[in-house]
Amino acid sequence: MMPDTILIALIPIIPFLCFLLLGLTGKKLGAFSGLLGTASMAVSAGFAALTAYQYFFHVGKIDGVFQKMVVFNYHWLQFTPEISINMGMLLDPISVMMLVVVTFVSLMVHIYSLGYMKGEERFSVFYSFLSLFTFSMLGLVLSANLFQTYIFWELVGVSSFLLIGFYYTKPSAVSASKKAFIVTRFADLGFLIGILILGFNAKTLDFGLLIERLIHVESPYLQTAIASSFMGVSALTWGLLLIFVGGAGKSAMFPLHVWLPDAMEGPTPVSALIHAATMVVAGVFLVARLFPIFILSCPVALDVVAYVGIFSSLFAAIIACTQTDIKRVLAYSTMSQIGYMMFALGVSGYEGEAGLGYMGSMFHLFTHAMFKALLFLGAGSVIHYIHSNEMKDMGGLRKAMPITHITFLIACLAIAGIPPFAGFFSKEEILAAAFHKNPVIFYVGLITAAMTAFYMFRLYFSIFWNKPTPSAGHDHHHHGEGPFTMMLPLFILALCSISVGFIPFGQFVTADGQFLANEFHPMFSIAPVSLALGGIFLAMLFYKNANELPAKLAVSMSVLYASAYRKFYIDEVYLFVTKRLIFNLLGRPAAWFDRTIVDGLMNLIGGLTSGFAEMIRGLQSGKVQSYAIWFFAGVLGFAVLFIYLW
Amino acid sequence: MNLTLLLLVPLSTALGIILLRDVKHIRLMAAIGSICQLGLAIKLLLAYQTARLLGDTSQMLFQFKYAWYPSLGIQWHFGVDGISIAMILLTAIVVVAGILFSWKMSFQGKEFFLLLVLLSMGAYGFFISLDLFSLFFFLELAVIPKYLLIAIWGSGKKEYSATKLALMLMGGSALVLVGFLGMYEYAGKTFDMLQLAQAHLPLEVQKLLFPFVFMGFGVFTAIFPFHTWAPDGHSSAPTAASMFLAGISMKLGGYGALRMAVYLMPEAAQYYSPLIIILASIAILYGAFATMMQKDLKYINAYSSVSHCGFVILGIGMLTRTSVTGAVLQMFSHGLMTALFFAAIGMLYERSHTRQIGELGGLMKTMPFISCVMFIAGLCSLGLPGFSGFVAEMTVFMGSWENADTFHRVATIIACASIVVTAVYILRALGASLLGPIKNEHFNHLADATWNEKIASALLIVSIMALGFAPFWLNNLITPDATLIIHALGK
Repeated sequence: MMPDTILIALIPIIPFLCFLLLGLTGKKLGAFSGLLGTASMAVSAGFAALTAYQYFFHVGKIDGVFQKMVVFNYHWLQFTPEISINMGMLLDPISVMMLVVVTFVSLMVHIYSLGYMKGEERFSVFYSFLSLFTFSMLGLVLSANLFQTYIFWELVGVSSFLLIGFYYTKPSAVSASKKAFIVTRFADLGFLIGILILGFNAKTLDFGLLIERLIHVESPYLQTAIASSFMGVSALTWGLLLIFVGGAGKSAMFPLHVWLPDAMEGPTPVSALIHAATMVVAGVFLVARLFPIFILSCPVALDVVAYVGIFSSLFAAIIACTQTDIKRVLAYSTMSQIGYMMFALGVSGYEGEAGLGYMGSMFHLFTHAMFKALLFLGAGSVIHYIHSNEMKDMGGLRKAMPITHITFLIACLAIAGIPPFAGFFSKEEILAAAFHKNPVIFYVGLITAAMTAFYMFRLYFSIFWNKPTPSAGHDHHHHGEGPFTMMLPLFILALCSISVGFIPFGQFVTADGQFLANEFHPMFSIAPVSLALGGIFLAMLFYKNANELPAKLAVSMSVLYASAYRKFYIDEVYLFVTKRLIFNLLGRPAAWFDRTIVDGLMNLIGGLTSGFAEMIRGLQSGKVQSYAIWFFAGVLGFAVLFIYLW
Repeated sequence: MNLTLLLLVPLSTALGIILLRDVKHIRLMAAIGSICQLGLAIKLLLAYQTARLLGDTSQMLFQFKYAWYPSLGIQWHFGVDGISIAMILLTAIVVVAGILFSWKMSFQGKEFFLLLVLLSMGAYGFFISLDLFSLFFFLELAVIPKYLLIAIWGSGKKEYSATKLALMLMGGSALVLVGFLGMYEYAGKTFDMLQLAQAHLPLEVQKLLFPFVFMGFGVFTAIFPFHTWAPDGHSSAPTAASMFLAGISMKLGGYGALRMAVYLMPEAAQYYSPLIIILASIAILYGAFATMMQKDLKYINAYSSVSHCGFVILGIGMLTRTSVTGAVLQMFSHGLMTALFFAAIGMLYERSHTRQIGELGGLMKTMPFISCVMFIAGLCSLGLPGFSGFVAEMTVFMGSWENADTFHRVATIIACASIVVTAVYILRALGASLLGPIKNEHFNHLADATWNEKIASALLIVSIMALGFAPFWLNNLITPDATLIIHALGK
């Protein structure tokens, strides 16, 4: 029995049609375009939920194992005789889960934006871009082959570019969008070459076949992929690592993370959707998609994933403690949480109990989407009220914005991993997986968890406490909450942040498709939870009421503080490499060489030719006298020659 | 289908233009002629596919032969295969768009449209010719009007640019002519392409003649280091001439190099292949880096054309079925997208009177349509999926990767690396000229695109997206003939 193809196809197609409609006729639709976009997104989300229900409870499981199902396949392009591209839709636990996450968060953001973006001049353009993004992201998760993933990968990138640069008259937004696109493009170069390597080794790009051919030891494809090597590393490892580079670019892993904080220039709902809940986890999704190859054929590459993940996680957490722009704090926390998902994959095994890390990673992806979207939307309503992103402009807002306050607190508790909120459960699984596999990663993960609690509550206290409640002098008198359309998503997402942790995730999404019990060990939870509580307590001490402590601490750790505040100077390194090295050492010389040497040579040839013509032109002057002179001179010359030679 | 029609329509359009007086009638005549030609090209495509479906397996379809100068073996010999049909279709689309974009041309309108039509006729003749002599004739017909178009209707240092362009292209065609005459001599006094392909010239002869023909055509497609006509020529040319230059003329070169050099001298192609690949890789990356530093929008697009045409050369040089298919796809795609880009630049320039990205800025606000057109052209240029450039580049990459040795792999990776550099310069150009705050007060009063510009842009965009969304139709058209060319190599 197969799931309903048309139903699934409509999930991405509806946003695409909406994009076309709003893109072409948006101006005439005006404010109505928001409603149209939201309504179509709701339909799409409904279909996604229906598909998930069908898949998980009716058709997906055969003999106790969730199957990969290609529900649609269209022969799109024949490259070589062996490699052809079939556009298809692949259903398996992770793609179905992502369908739900993407459509759900997108719907929340669509609703939220009705209020947040109201009165915006390019309101309909905003909604058409949102639709484009949703379409691309859905296409990405449904991809049935690696090439199709790459196609939608790029489309996701460009819609992110368009939305970051939505306020295009702001130079900072323009340069942030450029930066995001170029950094991820650089990573995509790795992805592309990785695709070429894997594709030509396995002679296919279809996920099913690709994985099939590259995981069995006796498979000739795998043997050649391991046998052929470059610089001492096998082709398979190269391929997987390069694909991971692509994933690391989108998922903002160190050192390709530099675009993410700047991407906060985009409208806040966009940050919630793209740069928190969906697009930035595409890298995690990609590694999860190819997970069997990583774990069964190339554990080395998986170790790289683990170490990059844990390092990024800690690195971002340190920076997050020092930032003062609330969206940037959230951006670094996103990076840190994605690092969590990455290392969870990295420490995971494949079958049965060993696959805990994989399950935890996907679980964390799911819960993180809920509470991080909530955090961003909450921050959005704060920004909507205060008109600033800076912490110093905020404080004491809990009275003015009660709903935002409570929902934000819930999200903070969830991300900090306090039971019974969602983040607690998924983090537990991840830490448990790390504990069994790699103690170093486990302890670093634990420290990161404590820091997460600290910086999230630093954020929370700085926004909602710290200063006394603003007096009535503020220009928005009554209270600072936005319209109902902004509150509804906060409310729904808060409910999710409380409840989704109780989903028995191991029943649905596991590495090998089989049932995995979510075991809960109270003893194990003691350490992470108490560390998180410690972090919260520390933050309360520092930031609940305005005091001197944070400043003193910053002074006493000035070197660390300053470099963390400056994001460890990674941006400066990039600037140096691009501006100084690439522009000055490659671009400028190339342009100069072209105009001076190459073109100069052409001009020289032209000049010589015309010069020569100029020289001999006088010979045919048409003047009889000069001909006569040359004639007599010639006669004279010959006469002299004759006389002297004979 | 009678291929002579493809020449008769432009010819009668040209005659009509000569007879008419009023510029309004002339441009209408030119537009109608070009649209008829587009219809004809589509009909040709359909007729060709029908014939193939019915099982016609001959290499060239709709052949037509007429002995023109029998004692020297010169003849009119026409015929088409998938590759030439793709090029004819491209030409027809670009010509319609170019004429619509020149709608407001009032200065010497008669001569202007006449030259455009003659130029297009040269291109059509070139693509259907199977006789090297007539092919050469049409090649020249496509070059000479360009000199006048730039020298008379151009801007900036137009005489210099026009002369440079004409001389370099003439130099290229001189090389081609030497090669043709050599082939004629060694293959037993024939200019007929199909006979030459069967003639199997001795390897030494091929080695001698191949560089002439390949580099000669290479000049047309701006092969490094003979590309310098392109930046100057484009920057001085009027919009339609730029579009024709990039959309059509550069394709004459790619088509000629593939058909006349590689197909007719396959052993030499294999012999010189590493050299070609090196030149192409240089052009791709060096062109891209040189583009990064340009400040004039037209220079940016011209240099990026050098980089993009490098993909054509690379695809040809890689000598696999997929890479050659990719090269033809890239010609098609590049023709459309560069035409669109030049059109957008032309529309901006016409209104703002500057092409310096430092002086532009914030035009998205006042000219949303034109800005969107330019954005689409730019995104296509940087290889975004959904547009034609992506499909073409990917096909070239895939085909190149089929060669499994380190040399070819490195060249492929260099070519792939250009996608990053392309993103840098395209976004820089778009960002600086269209986004940001409005730099100049008088930009606030500029008008957006007119109806003719909208139709022409839409035509190009739809064609670009048709290839981007459904590349299989063109791919299936080209692949059999690419296979044939590769088979000639004995692979």
